[in-house]
Amino acid sequence: MERERKKKGVGGWLFLVLVLAAYGMTAAIEPEVARQALSFFIKVLRKMLPVLVLVFVLLLAADLLLEPQWIKRNLGRESGIKGWLVAAVGGVLAAGPIYTWYALLRELREKGMRASLAAIFLYSRAVKLPLLPLMIHYFGTAYTLVLCLYLIGFSVVTGVLIRKLEDQEML
Amino acid sequence: MLRHRLERSLKKTARTFVNLLPIIIGMLLLTSLAVVVFPEQISAGLFGGNDALDALIGASVGSVAAGHPLASYLLGGELLKGGVSLIAVTALIVSWVTVGIVQLPAEALMLGLRFAIYRNVIGFFTAIVIAFLCVHTLRLIG
Repeated sequence: MERERKKKGVGGWLFLVLVLAAYGMTAAIEPEVARQALSFFIKVLRKMLPVLVLVFVLLLAADLLLEPQWIKRNLGRESGIKGWLVAAVGGVLAAGPIYTWYALLRELREKGMRASLAAIFLYSRAVKLPLLPLMIHYFGTAYTLVLCLYLIGFSVVTGVLIRKLEDQEML
Repeated sequence: MLRHRLERSLKKTARTFVNLLPIIIGMLLLTSLAVVVFPEQISAGLFGGNDALDALIGASVGSVAAGHPLASYLLGGELLKGGVSLIAVTALIVSWVTVGIVQLPAEALMLGLRFAIYRNVIGFFTAIVIAFLCVHTLRLIG
């Protein structure tokens, strides 16, 4: 397990090196594009800092408070409807970019969370509560309501499909 | 006892977080580059008028697009004004937040390659289904 963690850590750094290499190549061909991208990166990173702090706090809380037994009961194989509900509501409430939540989901999966519930969580994140007023502004109330209901419904469909793959040990 | 547990958890969380940082920074850098290299104007000329094909194109654009979901609303709004169908725009908006080709390496690293591929493929096709269902439901309810 420890060796696998280290391997995954190395993968992350390798990924960053590859992205930096892509920037290096872009800077060599189109310096202005690389400059604009870097300035966009700094702007987004500033906005993301509070989310990163939240992720750290949640990771710590998950490690401290969520015992493997609780995970198995509420998000594991025996969790049933409650697990689906916990995952869907958690996904709707989760803020920030999707990849900031991967670590928490990996942590929960290592403690016994089902892959299908991780899929429901990731899908239901499509409902962006803080952005609903903007969506209503652009597309109208009826459209926003119908779309959100379908998104929540299809998060369950995704969960069912991933569960079938999980049960067939294809994951 | 409690202090010892807190210290242990802090160390473990810090280790997890340090492993996560290069992925987050890498993703942000990649997203920023994608946003600059593929400006919004490119996608406007892609749509042709056939609902099924446009939904497929919308879902494809949304899948490879990166950035804040708000950008998908802005782009979707502009495309609607430009005459692109609501089905195509919905497919784009949904796949923007459910499919992440750019995030795929990070998702595969953290949650497993097969899980990431299956989840994204399902997300792509459900975005098209939702687009049709959503628009037809709106027509039904008037």
